[in-house]
Amino acid sequence: MRIELTVNGRHEAAEVEPRLLLVHLLRERLGLTGTNVGCDSTSCGACTVLLDGQSVKSCTVLAVQADGAEVTTIEGLSGAGGGLHPLQAAFQRHHALQCGYCTPGMVMAAVSLLAEHPHPTEEEVRRGLEGNLCRCTGYQGIVDAILEVARTTGGAER
Amino acid sequence: MTSMVGAAVIRKEDPNLLTGRGTYVDNLRLPGMLHMAFVRSAEAHARIRGIEVGAAAALPRVHGVFTARDLPELPPIPTVVPGLERPSLARDRVRFVGEPVAVVVAEDRYVAADAVARVTVDYEPLPPVPDLETALAEGAPLLFPEHGSNVYAEIPPAGDAEAALAAAPRRARLRLVNQRCAPAPMEPFGVVADWGPKTLTVWASCQSAHFVRGQLSKLLAVPYGGIRVIAPDVGGGFGAKQSWYPEYVVAAVLSRRLGRPIKATETRSENLVAMTHGRAQVQEVEVGFDDSGRILALRVMVTQDAGAYPGDAVGLPMLTMIMSAGCYRIPTVVTGCRAVGTTTTPVGAYRGAGRPEAAYLIERVIDLVSDETGVDPIEVRRRNFLPADAFPHTTHLGFVYDSGDYGKALRRLLEMIDYEGLRREQAARREDPTRPLMGIGFSTFVEMGGVGPSAMMEGLGMLGGWESARARVNPDGTVTLAVGTSPHGQGHETAFAQIAADALSLPLDRIEVVHGDTEVVQEGIGTFGSRSIAVGGEAVRRASLRAREKATRVAAHLLEAAPEDVELEDGRFFVRGSPDRGIGWEEVANKAYRPTQLGDLEPGIEVAAFYEPGLTTCPSGAHCCVVGVDRETGRVTIERYVGVDDCGTVINPLTARGQVMGGVAQGIAQALYEEVSYGESGQPLTSTLAEYLVPSAAEMPRFELEHVETPTPANSLGAKGLGESGATAAPQAVVNAVIDALSHLGVRELQMPLTPERVWRAIQAAANGGVA
Repeated sequence: MRIELTVNGRHEAAEVEPRLLLVHLLRERLGLTGTNVGCDSTSCGACTVLLDGQSVKSCTVLAVQADGAEVTTIEGLSGAGGGLHPLQAAFQRHHALQCGYCTPGMVMAAVSLLAEHPHPTEEEVRRGLEGNLCRCTGYQGIVDAILEVARTTGGAER
Repeated sequence: MTSMVGAAVIRKEDPNLLTGRGTYVDNLRLPGMLHMAFVRSAEAHARIRGIEVGAAAALPRVHGVFTARDLPELPPIPTVVPGLERPSLARDRVRFVGEPVAVVVAEDRYVAADAVARVTVDYEPLPPVPDLETALAEGAPLLFPEHGSNVYAEIPPAGDAEAALAAAPRRARLRLVNQRCAPAPMEPFGVVADWGPKTLTVWASCQSAHFVRGQLSKLLAVPYGGIRVIAPDVGGGFGAKQSWYPEYVVAAVLSRRLGRPIKATETRSENLVAMTHGRAQVQEVEVGFDDSGRILALRVMVTQDAGAYPGDAVGLPMLTMIMSAGCYRIPTVVTGCRAVGTTTTPVGAYRGAGRPEAAYLIERVIDLVSDETGVDPIEVRRRNFLPADAFPHTTHLGFVYDSGDYGKALRRLLEMIDYEGLRREQAARREDPTRPLMGIGFSTFVEMGGVGPSAMMEGLGMLGGWESARARVNPDGTVTLAVGTSPHGQGHETAFAQIAADALSLPLDRIEVVHGDTEVVQEGIGTFGSRSIAVGGEAVRRASLRAREKATRVAAHLLEAAPEDVELEDGRFFVRGSPDRGIGWEEVANKAYRPTQLGDLEPGIEVAAFYEPGLTTCPSGAHCCVVGVDRETGRVTIERYVGVDDCGTVINPLTARGQVMGGVAQGIAQALYEEVSYGESGQPLTSTLAEYLVPSAAEMPRFELEHVETPTPANSLGAKGLGESGATAAPQAVVNAVIDALSHLGVRELQMPLTPERVWRAIQAAANGGVA
């Protein structure tokens, strides 16, 4: 099947098998390997991307379902100059990553979380991240990074 | 210049990882690369009568389907018990669900999966051996009939504790199950192998590129120079990526056969049955003590579930034995162990590898003694602590504790928690049926870090227990450090740069650390056993000081002074007494590569250091967990988690804290949530992350953490390492807290994980007058 979609602001067209997962379209056809795959049961969230502004687990979305949609991956988050997005910078300041494998998905989930709840409580941040697993950090740095961005930017930053 | 060691520096590693520029193995795409996938055993224990591959091989875009018979050049996986080798592909018999029986090579992962589904294996089922009880029963089915027993290895107790136990005024027993856990790094295991006419290149998600090269060289009979191993960014390891997996040689052999690069990456469902599991011990413990809570004798028999093959699991209970007495002075300690085969995934190292199991057992013993004597658990600990002047302390098995001050961490912990206030609240909540019960649990633990020395590591099949670093001062005055450790999240690029910055009097941003590539890094050992800072960091310091020494000689020549009169401060070399007439690092570095200006000096500044530690280090600490237990549902909530760690000198407080938090999170996960389980037929019941419950942010508490510093004499930094401390500290802090919450009901023992059901049953049993 032929699909057309916008990925990180670029128009893309691809001929795909109906069973191709969005994450494999991104990683293997478009070369956007920033989005990682950590499981096969929609449990870990490593593959989280934004689909029309909503966070989705791209291992559970077929590429054909993204036909006509707008996809944002970690590669599309920072500005053209390559500077860090406020959430990325906060993740670094708060040591919110170690091995980094969950990080792109975690950052995208955080972007979505703050878009929906610009002023979350700590409890809301923790609940909001339930679908994203990190095995290294114990989550405190991640939670603190998100709370700091919510405080300093009002959460409006996208 | 202010010291970089001890500064909370943000990590050099982060910008790449944060922007999706990580180089994990699965991101690699080489021209002509094919994908390989295993056909894995669906049976726990069976003879293979035949394998039908025709339908799979006939699929378009499939490049081959191979069984063990098709690949006679495939070497087995090394074992510590000769005769019980694990074949890289099962030949006649399978011994666990997930064991590879055939391999498919195809153009992409989808086609490979299609082909795997079309391979049919004809199994003749054999009786499963899903647990230790079955394995050790009279007339048990044997995994290796030729071995005559499912006991793969055994160390009988040295000595007899019975006399000392009998002489003690009181004695008690515990049977502890340290349940099987899955390390579950977020990145599953993967390799890419590319065996060209000249070189075999392997990219691997591993904890030591050099170890992998050494093994490949031995197994494939290829000289070191013909193999290059690269550990790119690695998405967590937790010990399990130090184990050896069939993919290493299968991908290499297929790459040579097919003349194409081969990628092999696990799915998570594969990872949960194929990557080594951890813990999986049953401990029979007996303790003798007096009414004041003094411990007089301890007997420990460890039975280690090794899984299907005797690999890394054989060494784990030995580490448990060594650390059984924890941070206490116990006059008589007798320990023994055995490693037993079951038809389950092989067991290996998991964050702490044998030491968390020891810390759990001795800290449960302490609380049992407290419950039995009525002496407060803090007081029982104090009365039995090795005193601060007891070091170096030699344990019952001859292992030496380097240094420690267990009272210091505990004192700081008590200041942080308001112990009396907590006890008052606990009493009040017991009286108020509308509120959850509350429990306070302690863990004063000690473990091993800085693993070496070599005598110990050689016994575990490693090349040694040393570590290496090479410092190259570039002509522009920047420094490139090549290190033999192989980080997978620990932040070595930052921490090692901090150590080198101090030794060289250079700013942090002038120092780059490279690792994980056998072609650019001198021989190294790798990252495990909390060794990277304590052993690798010392190598970094020594290499840096040697580079400084050479630079000082260059500077002395340029300043027309004697080297012993030249000083280095704030990045400038000058003759003692005249700091205004100095030259900068940049100039010294540049001139070092210009023989026309060097006189008789040899050009270049590049020096290596190999550091062999004389001692293992013993990181320790005191942690406290406060839990709430719902009376109706048995649900446990962590209300506070407070920890004081003593890893000696802290290099970077930010990343040190990260290591402790991550380890504690895994320890809490073991205490409350995680358990790999098997059904009676030997089928795994936890082969996805929907069933194996890795906790999320919603389940984790906010951590209150501090450090005290008792330096180690094992290295000049005074640093002990702490990668495994959190995982060693936490499980018993949580379990002791939950038992403390229920102790007034008579509950004395609960087995991990403390699911609501288990806790609820204990409450019900106590209410009905029974024993939990």
